[in-house]
Amino acid sequence: MPRRILFITTDQQRYDALGCNGGRVARTPAVDELAREGIRYTRAIPSNVVCMPSRSTMLTGQHVATHGVWMNGVALPVDAPSIAMDLWRNGYRTALIGKAHFEPFLDPFALFTENSLATLGEETVYRETVDGRLEPHRGFEHLELATHNGMGPLHYAKWLRENHPEAIGMLYPILNAQLQVNEAGGGDTGAPQVKHNPMPREWYHTDWVADRAVSWIDKQNTDDDWFCWVSFPDPHHAWDPPMSELHRVNWRDLDLPEGWVDDPVERERILASKPAHWLGWYHGTFVSNYEAPAKWIPSTLTADQVREVNAMVHIQNELVDEAVARIIATLRAKGWYDDVDVVFTTDHGEFQGDFGLLFKGPYHVDSLMRLPLIWRPAPSRTKVAPTTVDTPVGLVSLAATFAEIAGLRRPSYTEAERLPLSDSEANALGHQRVLTEWDSVLFGKIVSLRTITRGSWVCTATLPGTVHDGTDGELYNLADDPLQHVNLWHDPSHRAVRDDLLDDMWRNLPTASAPRRACDAPV
Amino acid sequence: MWAFIGRPEALHEWFPTTATRVEGDKRWVTLPSGIVFEEQIVLVDNDLRRFQYSIIGNPLITQHLGTIDVIPITDRSCIVVYSTNIDPEVLGLAIGAAAGDGLRTLQEKFGKA
Repeated sequence: MPRRILFITTDQQRYDALGCNGGRVARTPAVDELAREGIRYTRAIPSNVVCMPSRSTMLTGQHVATHGVWMNGVALPVDAPSIAMDLWRNGYRTALIGKAHFEPFLDPFALFTENSLATLGEETVYRETVDGRLEPHRGFEHLELATHNGMGPLHYAKWLRENHPEAIGMLYPILNAQLQVNEAGGGDTGAPQVKHNPMPREWYHTDWVADRAVSWIDKQNTDDDWFCWVSFPDPHHAWDPPMSELHRVNWRDLDLPEGWVDDPVERERILASKPAHWLGWYHGTFVSNYEAPAKWIPSTLTADQVREVNAMVHIQNELVDEAVARIIATLRAKGWYDDVDVVFTTDHGEFQGDFGLLFKGPYHVDSLMRLPLIWRPAPSRTKVAPTTVDTPVGLVSLAATFAEIAGLRRPSYTEAERLPLSDSEANALGHQRVLTEWDSVLFGKIVSLRTITRGSWVCTATLPGTVHDGTDGELYNLADDPLQHVNLWHDPSHRAVRDDLLDDMWRNLPTASAPRRACDAPV
Repeated sequence: MWAFIGRPEALHEWFPTTATRVEGDKRWVTLPSGIVFEEQIVLVDNDLRRFQYSIIGNPLITQHLGTIDVIPITDRSCIVVYSTNIDPEVLGLAIGAAAGDGLRTLQEKFGKA
């Protein structure tokens, strides 16, 4: 019986985006069904809270310190370990459809392969190994790539230009004239990165990714083993789903998120209890990274803007779910669904109003770190009782999980065991901690964080940088403080647990190779 | 090294560009992405072994000055320094990446000291 793996990722999706995780707005029946049939992880954590490092961890099974993609704009080397390559070498048909982002997007000199494929009209490029074999780019023999907009060299943008050129200006311009993340507001409330997009739904990147995935799956033979990574660019900003879909969620009807602190005085008090880069960003005095508009000041965010952004995200999440349903319907129609392992997750989260903030950055709290993760093992192969796993697990376990599904030995380059099938197995496999790293150096602002999640504790150390001297940090007990409003870092009564967590983190965090690889673009 | 780098029309032979055209003190450089940069050649100094140019006429780029210095170490070795001032500043990263690619090409072409 062939082994087939469908790996579905979204971009910048919160844990509570899904109905199965307690989300009460967006209807996500397709993904909820996967959760009912498989394992739903209630605390899945990335190795980094921006795209390129997190996606590199998914592919390599390595921590950021090891794969070396230490911030957005740092390319994953083309000869980096790749679970897709291991699968390809073992006879799998392999595809990545949608957003890759192992290489920088801002690439006017076309230095990077993934930016060149659509122009070349090639499915992939093959490179010669030292022993003379030809292997496809990162192990993928088919790549059709997209991001959140219609500009640039990727396949979706090319398709849009060639087939619907009038649509190019319909999407929100993610960058402004200074090539900074655009702060321009739109919609009904003037919220940043919101736009009423007149594009027909059929032209939107979510449906394009589903179309291309269905097309690829349709071409596979009945006896092929395959690994298909379907990578939706949404619900990442810009928040510009097709206007035809706005009827789904009226922002005026939405409650504010639980993490929104309505009283500005209390909001600032909470932010001030965290390391200085939190309040600095809130007031617009310390913009340290490219993942949010440099000219947007979070303290100007209004409750209605939060509602509208959240409505847009819910709509984007519903469109993704319907796209997932289409792909699954294709598998059912071919009689393959019960033979496919389906893994669903995202690369990192989004504030969506928590703490009065939007977007993401050097902030290791649940908004950005608690992710949806579901594994629906193929029922025809693995008899698993549907369950939830509450033990913290990392996306660093995905590569080993794909190897396990394929019946391969865990690759020696991976740094974590496969995902557990239960909490008891999590303990047996050694899922004792998850480590998350952050480094950013843009705009002359240096911020470095190292975080351990263990049990109900999340502990973040700041490293010396532009605003930190290495003595500040964050410590939260998620059991008592699910919103992470009470920073226990400086609380003497929690000194012992803090020091124990830090000791555990430093003993287990891989040492980064030096010198660090160059950052070739802001994103 | 300077005899090679100091020729403005030879840029595409070592820098990741696809075509170079020079007319007087103007240069047009075509990038692999299809973008064409119009440039003002600011300085070609054979004594200092310094080449400077500026991207002009580009609505996105409000200020730019690129400088390439060839600094002799011995009769058979030198250091090549590529520096750029540019606004928008984030483009500096992309140009830096291209310069790194170009400098590696020079290293392969001329060999290490």
